[in-house]
Amino acid sequence: MSGHSSYQPKTGIERWLDARLPIVRLMHDSAVSYPVPRNLNLLWTFGGILVFMLVAQIVTGVILAMHYTPNATMAFNSVEHIMRDVNFGWLLRYLHSNGASMFFVAVYIHIFRGLYYGSYKAPREVLWILGVIIFLLMMATAFMGYVLPWGQMSFWGATVITNLFSALPVIGETIVTFLWGGYSVDNPTLNRFFSLHFLLPFMIAGVVVLHIWALHHVGQNNPTGVEVKDVKKDTVPFTPYATIKDLFGMVCFMLVFAWFVFYQPNFMGHADNYIPANPASTPAHIVPEWYFLPFYAILRAIPDKLGGVIAMGGAIVILAFLPWIDTSKVKSMTYRPIARQFFWMFVLVCIGLGYLGAMPADEPYVTLSRILTVLYFGFFLALALIGIFERPAQLPTSIADSVLGGSGARLGHATASEPQAKG
Amino acid sequence: MAHATDTTGTEPTRRDFLMLTTGAFGAVGVGALVVPLVSQLAPDAQVVAAGAPIDLDLAPIAEGQAIKLFWRGKLIFVRNRTKKEIDEALAVDIATLRDPQTDQQRTKAGHEKYLVVYGSCTHLGCVPLGSSPGEPKGEFDGWFCPCHGSHYDSSGRIRKGPAPLNLPVPPYAFTADTKIKIG
Ligand code: HEM
Ligand code: FES
Repeated sequence: MSGHSSYQPKTGIERWLDARLPIVRLMHDSAVSYPVPRNLNLLWTFGGILVFMLVAQIVTGVILAMHYTPNATMAFNSVEHIMRDVNFGWLLRYLHSNGASMFFVAVYIHIFRGLYYGSYKAPREVLWILGVIIFLLMMATAFMGYVLPWGQMSFWGATVITNLFSALPVIGETIVTFLWGGYSVDNPTLNRFFSLHFLLPFMIAGVVVLHIWALHHVGQNNPTGVEVKDVKKDTVPFTPYATIKDLFGMVCFMLVFAWFVFYQPNFMGHADNYIPANPASTPAHIVPEWYFLPFYAILRAIPDKLGGVIAMGGAIVILAFLPWIDTSKVKSMTYRPIARQFFWMFVLVCIGLGYLGAMPADEPYVTLSRILTVLYFGFFLALALIGIFERPAQLPTSIADSVLGGSGARLGHATASEPQAKG
Repeated sequence: MAHATDTTGTEPTRRDFLMLTTGAFGAVGVGALVVPLVSQLAPDAQVVAAGAPIDLDLAPIAEGQAIKLFWRGKLIFVRNRTKKEIDEALAVDIATLRDPQTDQQRTKAGHEKYLVVYGSCTHLGCVPLGSSPGEPKGEFDGWFCPCHGSHYDSSGRIRKGPAPLNLPVPPYAFTADTKIKIG
């Protein structure tokens, strides 16, 4: 999609800079004149929302770090100090802790959007894999951030998750000791987690740059999954069309974010984390943050320690292989009558696993988790098989046809009526 | 010089030699640098020093009671077992165990009353319940881990649930009839 640059430096200063560092040209080409498919719906605003959330987490995080003390005897009190003594400290902390949750809300919508519209298929495999890497880094970051307040959930969450590595044969125990810097989760663990929690978001920002580079190289997918054929007819310039729509999506998202921050700031947290860490007693019911629950349910579903860890890791890693697992050439589920039903079943399975992850390790939850774990992986098997025999509906001849109902595009009807598509 | 490098394939040149030795030195250097970078993650001298042995008087622990203490930052349970608990532990056919160990292997001869084990579940490290009065002891009169439902028996052996191993016995020795030294 990287066609000719349409940037025209107007003033002498702009021409002078452009000849030396064409940074304004780069921004113009990627955020102003960059062509976007004209039929994008609101689900495409989540990329922008995610960038916004990353910036928000970095800004609030750097400020929190100015008042926080990463020491096992002082961390809990320093967070309470932020809440009570620091001007607007309560707001910054609630923005940061709820921001993490909203970040995951956005990333899950973004991932399911990709699954539905087949955005992982050629030529977007690398773009998709970079996304999976960002997701993994986000999980590591959020996990280590949650340890910092050094409450009961912080401590026991850190214990359980770091112990996952002890399942590895031979080297497992050594790895865990090296992660802890001791013989249990303690002050050295907290210190290194703080250091890494500070670092990882900037690594995420780096991978986001690669992600967007790959995106701008291959171009955006769109609800029909039909590639852009004629840039003039099928696309509109990023500014003003996508800029305004992204801003609109962002503002709606911020309303929800603000509602949580101001009205239910602890809704997505756990009361136990307001009890200082106590290494002698595990809370009766330990659960991870909501965004880890589906994977936690898979971990607990397998009655074997190593097996559970492999299944949980596999549930995430398998996403990276999706471009080669799915055998269908048709991208958008809109035109895949059978795969589409499996997609919605998969969404329900993920929600179900999330629910089960929050339940105690008793019956019937254990058996249900096992069934849903099989269904989770079954979805990927199904995608491999369905592509072989499924007869897709007829695709629109082009993006323009699907939107404008142009000649010979009768079968693109269903999507042609997307209201937002009028751009 | 251009002529000299063109003849690669026939005989190694001086340049090839320089390339290889430079590369080898570089690789060794990078390898040497990794050692401090990784090694600093290990428990430091202070943490290791905190592992000095500790003495414990068992006399105040009444029969049927258990206490918790820390050694090297790790939680340890010391339990004064009842006759019934000891008999149950001895009666088990060890061929049926996931991590086969006899009760004798897990206690000190002449002091079978006392069981000393690490108090962290071998699954993912939660503290099993059952040491304090009123806590559930699981189906085998030992401990029950609330995190993912592991049951340990009155010898601290894994009997049911996802944990793979028995609660390990820390290094300790009796210094008097009711006194032990841990470490
Ligand atoms: C990817 C972006 C980030 C995510 C997902 C994230 C997530 C989290 C989470 C879940 C917590 C625990 C909140 C709580 O329950 O109190 C936390 C705490 C914290 N984070 Fe972050 N964080 C991010 C970026 C950053 C950055 C860039 C910094 C600093 C440069 C930072 C500094 C802190 C500090 C100091 C705390 C402890 C204070 C507190 O618990 O409120 N974070 N983070
Ligand atoms: S940590 Fe004890 S059962 Fe999982």
